[in-house]
Amino acid sequence: MTQQDMTGAKALWATLAAHGVGTVFGYPGGAIMPVYDALTFYPEVRHVLARHEQGAIHAAEGWAKATGEIGVCIATSGPGATNLVTGLADAMLDSVPILAITGNVARHLMGTDAFQEADITGITLPITKHNYVVRDVEELPRVIAEAIRIARSGRPGPVLVDIPKDVQLAPYHGEIATPHARPEIPAPKPEAIERARELLRSAKKPVIMVGGGSLDAAAEITALARAWDIPVITTLMGLGAFPASDPLWLGMPGMHGSVAANRAISEADVLLGIGLRFDDRVTGRVNGFAPNASIIHVDLDAAEIGKIVRTHVPVRGDARVAAQMLAEGAQKLDLPEWREKIAEWKTRTQDPDHWGAGYAVKAVVDRLRPDDILSSDVGQHQMLAAQLARFERPRRWINSGGLGTMGFGFPAAIGAGMAEPGVRSIVIAGDGGFQMTAQELATLKKYDIRNVKICIINNSFLGMVRQWQELFHERRYSEVWLGDSNPDFLKLADAYGVPAYRADRAEELPGAIDAWLNDPKSSLLEIVVPNEHGVFPMVPAGAALSEMIETEPPRPTPGIEKNAAAEEAKNA
Amino acid sequence: MTAPFDPAPKDHLVSAIVRDEPRVLTRITSLFGRRGYNIRSLSVGSTEHPGLSRMTFVVTGDRGVVEQAMRQLEKLHDVVKIIDHSLEKFVDRELVLVKVAITPESRVEVRQIAEDFRARIVDVGRHALTFEVTGDEGKITAFIEQMRSFGILETMRTGRVALTRGSNADIPSHVYHEGETEALRPVVESAEPREEKARGVPNLF
Ligand SMILES: Cc1ncc(C[n+]2csc(CCOP(=O)(O)OP(=O)(O)O)c2C)c(N)n1
Repeated sequence: MTQQDMTGAKALWATLAAHGVGTVFGYPGGAIMPVYDALTFYPEVRHVLARHEQGAIHAAEGWAKATGEIGVCIATSGPGATNLVTGLADAMLDSVPILAITGNVARHLMGTDAFQEADITGITLPITKHNYVVRDVEELPRVIAEAIRIARSGRPGPVLVDIPKDVQLAPYHGEIATPHARPEIPAPKPEAIERARELLRSAKKPVIMVGGGSLDAAAEITALARAWDIPVITTLMGLGAFPASDPLWLGMPGMHGSVAANRAISEADVLLGIGLRFDDRVTGRVNGFAPNASIIHVDLDAAEIGKIVRTHVPVRGDARVAAQMLAEGAQKLDLPEWREKIAEWKTRTQDPDHWGAGYAVKAVVDRLRPDDILSSDVGQHQMLAAQLARFERPRRWINSGGLGTMGFGFPAAIGAGMAEPGVRSIVIAGDGGFQMTAQELATLKKYDIRNVKICIINNSFLGMVRQWQELFHERRYSEVWLGDSNPDFLKLADAYGVPAYRADRAEELPGAIDAWLNDPKSSLLEIVVPNEHGVFPMVPAGAALSEMIETEPPRPTPGIEKNAAAEEAKNA
Repeated sequence: MTAPFDPAPKDHLVSAIVRDEPRVLTRITSLFGRRGYNIRSLSVGSTEHPGLSRMTFVVTGDRGVVEQAMRQLEKLHDVVKIIDHSLEKFVDRELVLVKVAITPESRVEVRQIAEDFRARIVDVGRHALTFEVTGDEGKITAFIEQMRSFGILETMRTGRVALTRGSNADIPSHVYHEGETEALRPVVESAEPREEKARGVPNLF
């Protein structure tokens, strides 16, 4: 390309290509048209057209979560840009490296309430790691390179770059920016590590808890735990950072955590937390969290240390290096009583043995292969999947932990599936959440994506909200019944040319799962389950982890007939 | 927010060196607003480095709240470094304009007091004198207290500004930042509040 032909829009694509960005997810519109026009000159970049900008950004998140690499999405100004807001907030809370590029009206129109103008940098200020308006075309490649660096460095996060239309069109004369070197993550201080080691050596009831910030340190953490012989808890975001098959694994903590994990935290005398942020869904009531424990907190984000819980030994730095350092000089702790207790707690799990959502989710996750990527949407099915799936390696579990975004799962599974076309990208969704981004079935069709496997757990309810209404609002089922208006999911899939299967009894399930997974194309499985199942164990909001309700309380009779919608549910 | 040390809310004087870019102020105030930190005073101006501005603010809160506020601030890309003035000896100044009501009887006394404070008269009206006072917070508060009995019509304070004493540039950053500006690269400092340090606990980051 000659220098005369170079425009801001072309410089954008050239910079992305120079950064190894091979796939972007997006949706065009007036204010981003020069960028879409320039795209035709860059066949090395694949653009994936979603059916809604929310679908595009969740797909970019799925891509990023599966690979650890930056996910890129593009939208036009105004309504296109504002449709990214949910995904940006989601990426912010889950520390996902995202580059979001938006068009904006021409510079002279900015601030005039022009057609399709929105102050997207203002709107996204609190939900991005950083954002930019590019006011000078000569700055564009540099800003893109810097945005990518910021998104990936330290604690990753979303960065938005807003480009006015006239800047996209302006001739560009400069160089194309090349990638910044990945900034080094500071190593923890040896003194901090030594204090942590001392604490571990003296521990009688130690436990290690790892979160989403430790996914790239899985090998080191596994070695550390085995060297000291300390049990490991993985948070919702950390599932896969420690192999589930290891006898030291205690499952997930928190609101729907395992008995073993929550009891171990409640009794621990030393808790080593790595790459986690003590979310309230994990801690329960904070002053009841690990009440007896000295806490060692390893995190690269200084602001996380001491934010929620009192930290006795702060260790700031790279989780990998910290885990390696902590493993040096380790000696297996000889703690027979602690082990015995834990072994007893570990028996207190019940595999769902009768027909219901748990049974269905278990049947699906039992079929996972170690390489399969499992995404989930948000709700009961998500907690069931997190409880029942067994991950052996990191970055195989993709879900919206921090924001709890319904509609996340399916497009994220598309992004993850496109990132790794050789593996199955399975998504478990509820009948409610699936409908928030169901239009992305079109994306499967358009790109003939073959490895995305959708499983809808259909309980005809907004199940998780219904569960709370059942437990805390005397079963007044307000606006959670979907059974009267759900689509025929098989027909919906068929309308997009996606093969679909259904099971509504336990006996049908194995056959339906086989047919669904063996279908050479991306396919959908609807599992129709009884309406009113709960997810347990459960720590009620605001309670301490030790106040966990282990099993589903007996359902009060006479039941739900007072409520017309629920009555219908029964008859459905 | 956990605040095991000095839980009583206090004023904390903090400076931030920030990139001189659009929206920086919004970013910072939005961060403070969202997390519920209260800024009692704020002053902003350019620095000796082109492209960098300096903000000094007084944050009210217990030690834990202030530590957290500073660490959150440090994460912003625009923030090159943070200086917690309570860690070093510092000089601070504030400028205030005070309009005091006068009567023929009080006029002389008001002027006399102002002289004692080295306050300058910047406007003379028939019923009021406006003074400019510069000094640390104690001096300004004392001046205002003295004038109160005569009747203060209006005041305008600039907010405090501060610099570390001595010949060192008042680096190091209290917390950590991966800035690009090598010259201003902060020294990584304590995670635990100083009180812990004072008790002989080693500085762990
Ligand atoms: C965008 C969005 N809106 C609302 C909620 C609140 N919410 C959390 S779980 C849930 C119910 C989900 O129902 P469904 O998708 O059918 O899944 P189930 O719980 O039945 O498995 C709702 C409404 C949310 N998390 N996200």
